[in-house]
Amino acid sequence: MKKILIVIKREYLTRVKKRSFLILTLLIPFLFIGLTALMGVIAVAGASSKKKIAVLDESKTFEQKLKNSKRLEYVFVQGRLDSLKHSLETEAYDALLYVPVFDKNGQHTSFRLFCDEQIGIETEGRIQDDLNDVVISERMKAAGITSEQMKNLQDESISLSTESIKDGKKTSNKVALATGYGCGLILYMFMLFYGMSVMRSVMEEKTNRIAEIIVSSVRPFQLMLGKIVGVALVGLTQVLIWIVLFGVFLMVGLPMMTGGMAIQQSMDPAAVNAAAQAGNSDNMAALMAVVQDTNWVMLVLWFLFYFLGGYFLYAALFAAVGSLVNEDIQESNQYTLPITIPIILGFVMMSSAIQDPNGGVAVFGSIFPLTSPIVMMARIPFGVPAWQLATSAALLILGFLGTSWMAGKIYRTGILMYGKKITLREVGKWIVRK
Amino acid sequence: MLLSIQNLKKYYATQRAVDDISFDIAQGSIFGLLGPNGAGKSTLLRMITGIFYPDSGTILFNGEKFDQERHVGDMGYMPEERGLYKKMKIGEQAVYLARLRGLSRQEAEQRSKAWFQRLDMTTWWHKKVEDLSKGMSQKLQFVTTVIHNPRLLILDEPFSGLDPVNANVLKDEIFRLAQEGTTIIFSTHRMEQVEEICNHIVLVNEGKKILDGTVKQVKQDFKENIFSITLDRTDVRMPEGIQVMKQQDQKITFHLQEGYTANGVLQHFIGQGTGILAFEEILPSLNDIFIRQVQGTAAARAFDRI
Repeated sequence: MKKILIVIKREYLTRVKKRSFLILTLLIPFLFIGLTALMGVIAVAGASSKKKIAVLDESKTFEQKLKNSKRLEYVFVQGRLDSLKHSLETEAYDALLYVPVFDKNGQHTSFRLFCDEQIGIETEGRIQDDLNDVVISERMKAAGITSEQMKNLQDESISLSTESIKDGKKTSNKVALATGYGCGLILYMFMLFYGMSVMRSVMEEKTNRIAEIIVSSVRPFQLMLGKIVGVALVGLTQVLIWIVLFGVFLMVGLPMMTGGMAIQQSMDPAAVNAAAQAGNSDNMAALMAVVQDTNWVMLVLWFLFYFLGGYFLYAALFAAVGSLVNEDIQESNQYTLPITIPIILGFVMMSSAIQDPNGGVAVFGSIFPLTSPIVMMARIPFGVPAWQLATSAALLILGFLGTSWMAGKIYRTGILMYGKKITLREVGKWIVRK
Repeated sequence: MLLSIQNLKKYYATQRAVDDISFDIAQGSIFGLLGPNGAGKSTLLRMITGIFYPDSGTILFNGEKFDQERHVGDMGYMPEERGLYKKMKIGEQAVYLARLRGLSRQEAEQRSKAWFQRLDMTTWWHKKVEDLSKGMSQKLQFVTTVIHNPRLLILDEPFSGLDPVNANVLKDEIFRLAQEGTTIIFSTHRMEQVEEICNHIVLVNEGKKILDGTVKQVKQDFKENIFSITLDRTDVRMPEGIQVMKQQDQKITFHLQEGYTANGVLQHFIGQGTGILAFEEILPSLNDIFIRQVQGTAAARAFDRI
């Protein structure tokens, strides 16, 4: 036991003392935020630049009415279609829209859009919408409906606010979705990242040939366990740093962002609720209320449980894989595939679970131990029946006991096998024999 | 007996790596474990160090059943394939390995420093292993093996990769440890080192013990009654019962046939009035014995099913 502690200490300290650990730990949240922001920016702005469309309108319907937008600029031109088409290459237009004379109340008509390069399906759709809007409002006008009436008719005045019947709290699918997705994603990355870290470390010990020296002093299982626990502590350290950062952000950053809200108030959920229910339509305050309502302590505890459970389950497998690899790093890919597939599968299941938290896939995925850490974490913010949580937790514990036992058998033989490539059949024999 | 091995067996799927081997090692002796490549030496050592469990048989350490957990501090093991953590600082590494052998942090640091001083390594303390030359890391490896003052030191090919100067430094340390009462198992296939260092040897081949005894005894056992005599002249008549193998000026090497004695040969020459300058029995070198014993068996063991 004392020896495991010595091994744990070494594994922990060598990692935490590295400068890259601190830098990465502090950087990752910003990378996360930055990445999300970047994705948003790309979605908004990156789609397409402004397109200039030349319009040859022989029907004289659209002039003045076709409005320019952020993405589209319409320029009305005169001339013959052939020569305009010809000049499209040299002119500064992205496309030429040809509108023939047509019957506004008639059946489906097709206009023609000429372009030099592909203009993109999105732009095409926008132009079509713009044209239809003009035609529809023309028809409305003809039917005697003013644009005032029109606006009134089309106004969307209903929004949904969901309430859970269990505790009467306002639930917000958006917050639950974001929390669930975030937790699942972090677990997914942790299991892969730290699992790989364990594997690399085992491989290093094997290829450096220090494994034999160490196992002449400690049992291989102790070495493996020490390594896995040491790396887990590194991960926990990282998570704790993040939780503290997040806590500081909740306490200080968020109230500051909502502006003028006293810190005191933000710590008192009732006050915030009251404020929110008193018709305070401030979006931030509503968000605050939901943030307050979410049971963060439970969430953090479950997160730690699934983090450790999932990590131990996979780290043992990764350790076993590391012990099978010889000098050839490439070889490791072949062995890691069977392990990474369930992790990725878990991630895929999670994506479907946050859409439908109580669907069949979600329930199965959150109970099956190989995928449960990721999937269950995504479900917990939405609320999960107790029996499912209990089953999932119990199976996860059994699962990691099982994988550690199996990995121990593979590991103790694998780390001392040099030279020849180990087939999966042999590995099977190691597991089966006493 | 410090170490007693009884009927040890370890079978792999494709071969009998160790097949019923027994021997004893006396306290304070330097014991040579010899054998060609693949004879089963490493497997045997791995069982003695507790890395592998034997399929059957017992290992007694100091009269009690060997248990890695309990005897970990009494053993030092330097495997043939050397290994250290490349990215770890040398001082930390020595302390870490010593602590795994059961020393307290304080003691581990003290001993490491003492050993580093003895072997002129003090300036290395904060360096990383990857910065060391091969010879230097060998030295470090040796230090980490003996740092906890083991009663039984197991060295698998300790001199491979060392230059003659460092090999001598290491040899001196081994002798010094032996004098202080450390028992040493020395596994090798380099016979000249064995003759120089060991006092007791065991030869294994194909998983079986084929020789066991002191170096002197083994040589006696394998002597072939070959003598050489140097006379003061060359025109001599040979006595009966000898078969000249080689005559080089005044030195004659011969095989003494059964029923005749060395004294008879000497008397013959003395009776002739021939002056005798030198006379000695030629004992076979361990190398010869080794080759003779191992020859004929497959150089690399065939992977036969058992």
